[in-house]
Order: sequence, then C-alpha cells, then structure tokens
Amino acid sequence: MSRNVSVNVEFLTRVEGHGHIVVDVANGVLQKAELQIVEAPRFFEALLQGRSIFEAQHITSRICGICACGHSLASIQAAESAIGFSPSAQTIALRKLLLHMENLDSHILHIYMLAAPDLLGVQSFMGLMPEHADAVRRALRMKKACNDVCDILVGRHVHPISCVVGGFTKLPDVRQLEAMHALLLQIREDLVPTVALLGALKFPEFERETEYVALVSDEPEYPLLSGDVGSSDGVRKVKEDYRAVTNEFLVPHSTAKHARLSRGSYAVGALARFNLNAARLHPAARQAAAEIGLSAPCHNPFLNTAAQLVECVHCSEEAIGIIEQFLEQGIDQGEAVIVGVNENRQIPVRAGHGVGAVEVPRGILFHDYEVDAEGIIQKANCVIPTGQNLQNIEDDMHKLVPEILDRDPAEITLALEMLVRAYDPCISCSTHFLQVEFVGR
Amino acid sequence: MMERPKVAFFDLSCCEGCQLQVANLGEELLDVLGLIDLVEFREVMSETWEGRYDVAIVEGSVVNEESEQRLREIRRRSDLLIAYGSCATIGGVNGMKNRKPLPEVQQEVYGERADWFPTDRTRPLHQLVKVDYFIHGCPIHPQEFIKVLKSALAGLPYQVPDYAVCVECKFNENVCLYDKGVTCLGPVTRAGCNAWCVNNGNVCYGCRGLVSNPNRAGAEEVLREHGLDAGLIANKMLMYNAAMEPCDE
Ligand code: SF4
Ligand code: SF4
Ligand code: SF4
Repeated sequence: MSRNVSVNVEFLTRVEGHGHIVVDVANGVLQKAELQIVEAPRFFEALLQGRSIFEAQHITSRICGICACGHSLASIQAAESAIGFSPSAQTIALRKLLLHMENLDSHILHIYMLAAPDLLGVQSFMGLMPEHADAVRRALRMKKACNDVCDILVGRHVHPISCVVGGFTKLPDVRQLEAMHALLLQIREDLVPTVALLGALKFPEFERETEYVALVSDEPEYPLLSGDVGSSDGVRKVKEDYRAVTNEFLVPHSTAKHARLSRGSYAVGALARFNLNAARLHPAARQAAAEIGLSAPCHNPFLNTAAQLVECVHCSEEAIGIIEQFLEQGIDQGEAVIVGVNENRQIPVRAGHGVGAVEVPRGILFHDYEVDAEGIIQKANCVIPTGQNLQNIEDDMHKLVPEILDRDPAEITLALEMLVRAYDPCISCSTHFLQVEFVGR
Repeated sequence: MMERPKVAFFDLSCCEGCQLQVANLGEELLDVLGLIDLVEFREVMSETWEGRYDVAIVEGSVVNEESEQRLREIRRRSDLLIAYGSCATIGGVNGMKNRKPLPEVQQEVYGERADWFPTDRTRPLHQLVKVDYFIHGCPIHPQEFIKVLKSALAGLPYQVPDYAVCVECKFNENVCLYDKGVTCLGPVTRAGCNAWCVNNGNVCYGCRGLVSNPNRAGAEEVLREHGLDAGLIANKMLMYNAAMEPCDE
C-alpha cells in the first residue's frame, strides 16, 4: 500500500504536562513516530544542591501536583537512608496508607477524567455529563473522598504537609481514624459500579510483548513502598543499583530522558506491577481483575487503565485494613516529630548516600541524594516513571501505526493519543532528570 | 440574558498542582462550572477556543522564550488575567535557580547536552504582563480560588490579606514554633491560607510571598531572643521568593 500519513498532535490534551505526538508515514512506510516532550525543564536536581535534606521532600513534592505524595515518600526514603535513620513500624504503616491514597486518587483521575472520555467517544470529562451524569458525580465524589482522607492524614493531597523525614509532624486521633474509615467505606462502595463500567467498555485490541519493570519482593505483600527492582525478563537488583536498570539516555526531541534495560525499552506502571505481582494482590482486587477480564501476563498497553482499576480495589482494601488495625491497637501520639529543618537536631545527621524507590501511580520512582555531614545535599538525582516509559511508548507506536494505516487520519490520531494516554504519562514530572551520561543513538 | 463568561485555564512551567486543587473541589466544581463557559483547560479537555477570553487563569512561571510568548498571547486575548499559585504570583520554587548561574544549572541536569534545552531566568507573570488578580499559595487554597473567581466574574476587586500568617496561626491557637526552637516564616508571610502548614505541625515556608511591610526589626528580635541565626531565615525565604525583583519586595 502506498500512503502518506502525517500526524502532528500539538500539545496533547488530557495528560499532565506538555507533549506532542509526531508520526510520519511516506509511501506506506513509517518514517518517524515520536512523543516529543516539550515541557520546559525546571532543573530540580540543581535546585536541591545546597539545601537541607530536611527540605528535600518539601521541594521535590513540587515536581508534580498529581503524585506529590509519591514524590514525598520517595524523597523521604532516600533522605532517611542517606542519614541512616530507620522509621518506626507506625510510621511505615501510615506511609503505606498515604501511598495507597495517592495511587487511588491518581488512578481514579486517570480512569474517569482522562481515559473514559476516549472509551466512551467524547472529547472530555464534561462531555460525559449528559449521558453519564452518575459516573461523573461518582468520580468527583471518590476523588473528594481521597482528598479528604489526605487532608486528615497529611494536611492536603497536593504537597502533603505533615509527612517528613523522621515520621509525621501530626498524628490522627481516634475520631480522625474513624472519619478516614468512613470515607474509605464510601470509596469501596463506589468502586463496585466502577468495575462494572470498565468491564462493559471495549478497549482497543493491540499487543506488543514488552519488558515490565516494578518493585518485587519475597514477602507476601504486593510491593509498593519497599522491595528490590525486578523485571519480567528476569533482572533483579537492589534499589541502590537503579542506574543499571534505568540506563538513561537523552534524545533531542524530549526534555525528558529515555530509559532501556534488557531490550530497546521497558514499561513501568500499573500493568507492569500487575504482570509481575498479580498473585500478591488483595483477593477483592483479584476478583475485580477476573470481572473485567484482565489476567497476567497482559501485553496490551491500553489495558494499563484496567490494571489501574484493579489496583484501586487493592489500595482501598489495604487502606481500610491499616485503619482498622490502628483503631484496634491505637496510635502512639508520642511519635509525632518536631523537626522544622532539624534546627534542634532531633534527628542525628551524618554524611551519606541514599536511594528511595517507590511505586507511584505511573510506575517506579527513584530519588537519590548525597549529603554531607551537615545534612546538606551535594548531589541529587530523580528518575521518574514517565521518562522510563517514553521509549516504550514510541516502540508501541512503531508497531501500532502499520496495523491501523488503513484507517482515516482522524482515527489514527485518536488511536495514538489513546495509546499515549493509556500510559497515563505525567510529562511535567518527567522533565526533571539529572544523570549526565549520554548514550548516543 | 447575558452570555456566560468564557473562561480558560493555562499552565506555564509548574507542577500543575494548582489546577489539581481546582479539580479537587469535588462536586462544588460543578457549581463553578455552572457559572461559566469553560472554553479551554488542556489537562482535562481536548476542546480549544479561537476567540476572546473573558477570564484567563494562568498557572506556572515563565522560564523560557516560548512560555514568555505564550503568556503575551494569552494576555492579548483576555479581558482579565488571574495569576494562580506561587509559580505564577512570585516565581515559586522554580525561582531558586535564579540564584545560581544558569549555565551551571543546565550543565548539572543535562551535562554536555545542556544546549539542547535552553532556559531563562524564572519570572512570575506580573514581571511581564499586567495581572488583574493574584491567588497566592503553593498550592492555592481552593476556597480562596472560588472567592477570587467570583470577584472577577462580578467585576469586583479582591484584596489579598496583607497581614502575617501569624495572625491566622494565633487564631488557631497553635503553640508558636519559635518556642520549640524552630524558625518559621509566618511573621513575614502574607496570610490567607489559615496557617495551613503550622496547623499540621510543620513550619511556614513563605509560599504566599512576603507581606508588603514585613516587620523586619520584630523578626530579628525574635530570632535574637531564641538564639537563632538570621541566615536560616534568609535561606528559607529563598525557597519561594528567590524570583522576586528587588522592587517587588
Ligand atoms: S504554585 Fe506550587 S502547587 Fe501551584 S503549580 Fe506551582 S509548584 Fe505547583
Ligand atoms: S511564627 Fe509561625 S508558628 Fe509562630 S505564630 Fe507565626 S506562624 Fe505561628
Ligand atoms: S503556612 Fe506558609 S507555607 Fe504553608 S500554606 Fe500558608 S503561607 Fe504557605
């Protein structure tokens, strides 16, 4: 077939941050398929140099408004490991609760506001109003509930306030635990029709076998906040070796760096986690997967959205479990930390190097800090999930475009937009990389 | 009946947390949407609009030539312009890079490919164009957003509180952090957030910018009283306020 197609989506909508899709087909042959990241870089790693390790979390959460809690958690993990601080069991449980809320909130935003309009054939979330008013209200209600839980737990969801190096500056009392519990029960209820809605939708059929990367662990728990870094091609490394996994390289059409592992590219995110750890999901989540027909391994990137929903069920059940346990055994209020920037030296500081690896909504996130004996950051590096997915998205486009070349240009464009959106890219995050090695292409 | 005002949201360099705060209004968002004709909001809708905007709501700061042009174009097409979030109103955390030589900053992140990704000094919007309304904060406070939007739609002015966060902090009956040996920017920072951070056990980082007439002598005395180093305060102030021109301070 000889056909010329040129797709040029400027400022892809319904994603976080600024990106263009550029595809070029000449005489039926694909010349170019690029996801151009044009978000202006903000140079976070450079901003962190010279700041206290106790401020890092406050600054790095500003990398992204959507996954601010995830950045905080990865940042705190790296900082604590750099100065050799071990958090208490209570702190770890509360951090897990926060991470569950983060994943839930972000997944709901993606499923309902960013992906559902594509699957239901409208241009935006607002377009759902006439025919799917219930779904719109449900989505807003669930998002609000996630936010309300975060308000109670950490002061707010966008840039959490009370979770800091050392623990929490404020701890929930019984009344607040009960309030969070009630909100989560409401979310559990609203997830039932959400599963039914997604189960009834038709996702595009497309498959490409890919290397998936996520946290893995020998513990029975679905690993989100701790574990090693593993891949579906059999790689397993401790998180401190993350550079040997991400192998970042620069390409001229993107202010965000690309990554590759055993093959030319790899994928992170809900589908990667599901493919590597499905057996460790909460039973209710496994049941939801069965209901919407998702089973591991799944090689259809469009189904990342379905994997997100399965994780929603998992996270809400786990969060309910954590709160119920606290309601039973109580919270030790004596653990609240007063640190500011640790001016009163409540937490001992030493020179060191630490890495945080946390499964945030879009995949595995790494923060890496080197600090001096005063706790001042000398060097920082952040590797963000969307950056790790970029090369994989382009490789998907290379396989997808020839398969749909007989459709009209508008349909091809929409299919490509849907593909990119299925990864739930967070472009504003992905442009804050350090890592100065350059690998030529 | 009067036509509903055409409102559009835009983002320059930022974390998009402020627009998320708007989305986080929950069902209250539907009430807001009922008052306006939302014509552009790239993060949540694919529609675009070619005409004039009654109100443009802009988030993020200007960090390169391209964003400067976009901002000027938005200003040219809007009757009213609202800057929302610290990035837009005072430069925010993006401003920290202004205190270092730019080539050093670029080199640090992109190494030998630094020149592929040009950048400029960080600037808040009013340093480039006229801004009609300011909504401070990192992130913005959702209720203040509603107040400002309603004022803008009604053609009324909105007065940003010009007293210190300490005032709100005292109303909330928090124990002052200085009594715990910790520095806090509350005494010099513009109120309006209801002392959000202090209420949650943290310190004020100054995200809403400085009050127009900060009580420097008083702040210095407090520091002296508690044996704290004034350098600590100065350094903390640079987290959000590094992009302010001397004339802005
Ligand atoms: S002001 Fe803060 S929350 Fe708002 S966009 Fe800027 S960094 Fe994000
Ligand atoms: S200095 Fe900080 S803690 Fe003290 S009263 Fe002011 S805002 Fe509150
Ligand atoms: S307390 Fe200070 S840092 Fe916190 S929101 Fe208010 S002005 Fe911003």
